[in-house]
Amino acid sequence: MTDAVSTATRAGRPVISDVVGRLPEYLMIWVPLLLSAAHLISFSLWTIWISFTPSTLVPVSGWVGLRNYTAVLASRNWQIAFDNLLLFGSAFVLLSLLTGLLLAILLDQRIRGENVLRSIFLYPLAVSFVVTGTVWSWLLNPGIGIQKLVHDLGWTSFRFDWLVDRDMAIWTIVIAAIWQSSGFAMALFLAGLRSVDADIIKAAQIDGAGPFRLYRRVILPTLWPITVTVIVVQLQFAISAFDLVRALTNGGPGIATQLPALVVYDLMFQRSQLGRGAAAAVLMLLILLAVLLPYAAWRYIQRRQAGHA
Amino acid sequence: MAALSIRTLSKRYANLEVLKGIDLDIESGEFTVLVGPSGCGKSTLLNIVAGLDRPSAGTIEIGGRVVNDIPPKDRDIAMVFQSYALYPSMTVRQNITFGMECRHVPKIEQEKAVTNVAKLLQIEPLLGRKPSQLSGGQRQRVAMGRALVRNPLLFLFDEPLSNLDAKLRVEMRMEIKRLHQRIGATIVYVTHDQIEAMTMATRIAVMHQGSVQQFADPDTVYRYPANLFVARFMGSPPMNTMPARLEAENGSLVVIIGAGRPDEVRLRLKGYDAAAPFVGREVVFGIRPECIAEGSRAFSGDAPVLVNAPVEMVEPTGAETMVLLRLGGEPAMARISPDIRPAPGASASFALDTRRICLFDPETERLIA
Repeated sequence: MTDAVSTATRAGRPVISDVVGRLPEYLMIWVPLLLSAAHLISFSLWTIWISFTPSTLVPVSGWVGLRNYTAVLASRNWQIAFDNLLLFGSAFVLLSLLTGLLLAILLDQRIRGENVLRSIFLYPLAVSFVVTGTVWSWLLNPGIGIQKLVHDLGWTSFRFDWLVDRDMAIWTIVIAAIWQSSGFAMALFLAGLRSVDADIIKAAQIDGAGPFRLYRRVILPTLWPITVTVIVVQLQFAISAFDLVRALTNGGPGIATQLPALVVYDLMFQRSQLGRGAAAAVLMLLILLAVLLPYAAWRYIQRRQAGHA
Repeated sequence: MAALSIRTLSKRYANLEVLKGIDLDIESGEFTVLVGPSGCGKSTLLNIVAGLDRPSAGTIEIGGRVVNDIPPKDRDIAMVFQSYALYPSMTVRQNITFGMECRHVPKIEQEKAVTNVAKLLQIEPLLGRKPSQLSGGQRQRVAMGRALVRNPLLFLFDEPLSNLDAKLRVEMRMEIKRLHQRIGATIVYVTHDQIEAMTMATRIAVMHQGSVQQFADPDTVYRYPANLFVARFMGSPPMNTMPARLEAENGSLVVIIGAGRPDEVRLRLKGYDAAAPFVGREVVFGIRPECIAEGSRAFSGDAPVLVNAPVEMVEPTGAETMVLLRLGGEPAMARISPDIRPAPGASASFALDTRRICLFDPETERLIA
């Protein structure tokens, strides 16, 4: 078979057996690629179209201009969701970055059992967001979770009821999200720390840099390309966060932990306002692009500089 | 004064003994090259001297002070690495001043020191650049600047030229040598390149399998290699070595290569009295390629020693012609005049410099005479 293929190709005349022999490759690569591209593009376009129509329960044609957008942007639901996104997004990204970096630095000290610890810290990533959300909703539930445990230990004045506290509930999502994804940041940072030339660290030792100065002046500055990548990936998650919030607080108490994806879901499937839901979805896409486009530009510039150097 | 004394130093990792009882005394102002094949322990030794690795046993003294328990920064040393090890996020200036910054040297003094070193190494225009904007040779200069600015008792170089291309390596080699002559620093320099060792060192320590095989000035190492390993490691191409027999004839020593063969080679030796106990025994005969030349060459001294030998292969290099020939059936490289090209397959006449022959004990592999 292989021989037949190579002979045919060499002769410059692709024969049937050539195509048949490569059929599995074509099927494996092109079919999924076309399917997913078609899904992504066609449904994005579909959603954009819907957002300009007066659709409610079912899609209808028609043109309402930006009416859906103004309605969504004016709604209290969206405003709270957007404020929450700013708070959740920045707190989550910053804290998971710091947690991941700290874990990576600690793991990088040539400690025993590093492999086990690394797996433990990475493991939450393998858990579905719904599971994370559900488990944390139990843990944070004052009646059955951590507060109850501490009460049962005898410390009855202990209060940890952020889950049902209007002002603090958003932080429970931050906590659960950090638990879930700081392992990812850790893995990337650890790879970055490991790629620092050992001679550089030796040189810094001879120069007399203590551990603090060594990290601050020599090692951490080399990590910033990784930091940008981690921030972008985490922001992407923050912007499109749905399942975690749905399982943990479902936007509550009230609409205190509303996030854009929940607003979309709410509008589309619970209030039967397809047009407005689509408009909210397009707004989410724009927020996402506001993160991804600068990142793509940055990557492009970096690559060009690397090409010149 | 001894700048560096190493006493019965050994290092083992689990079951692997990397260094076996090293003893070295390096005088102030010397340029010592530790040379050996990869895995001989030379870099480990340097790291232990720097304090980046701990010895399993033995002591290290720098400037008369035992430094075994002193951290690298307080050993009064500076090191230049093979990978340059410049701090990628700092400018050249910051790279050079980082050590002073760590030692809290006042800014004005830092500035003065940088200016001096930059002038010495001619890197003034580079001070504002990042390492990624420098060429390999420029990075090497900056790495040296970072070491020089400290003005230490001892400079340690860990294969600093290995990452440079051949032309630049020769340039930097001269530059380092010039620098040594100018500032009279004490340098310990690790390399696997025996040419670097020969050209730069005031003394060479040839290392193999965790021990020092010979510690002497370059001429001695080249002319009187302590054993077969040194003979075959130093020099390019290395010394020709082949089994031979030592006999006494009319009161003088004769070494016979390929004894009993029709083409056996008999060479009369003069001044090799130390080899007398080996008369009637097998020895290893060693001769450098440049000691075998075309038949018309007159090596100074007595009447020329000529042999007829079959030529197997000819390699013209431009500056000389390398010839692979057979001496009494044993292969040997000869280095002859560039304009002479003996025909492969034919026999030609070769002159031998019998004053520079080395004889080794085949059992201990040590130099006899």
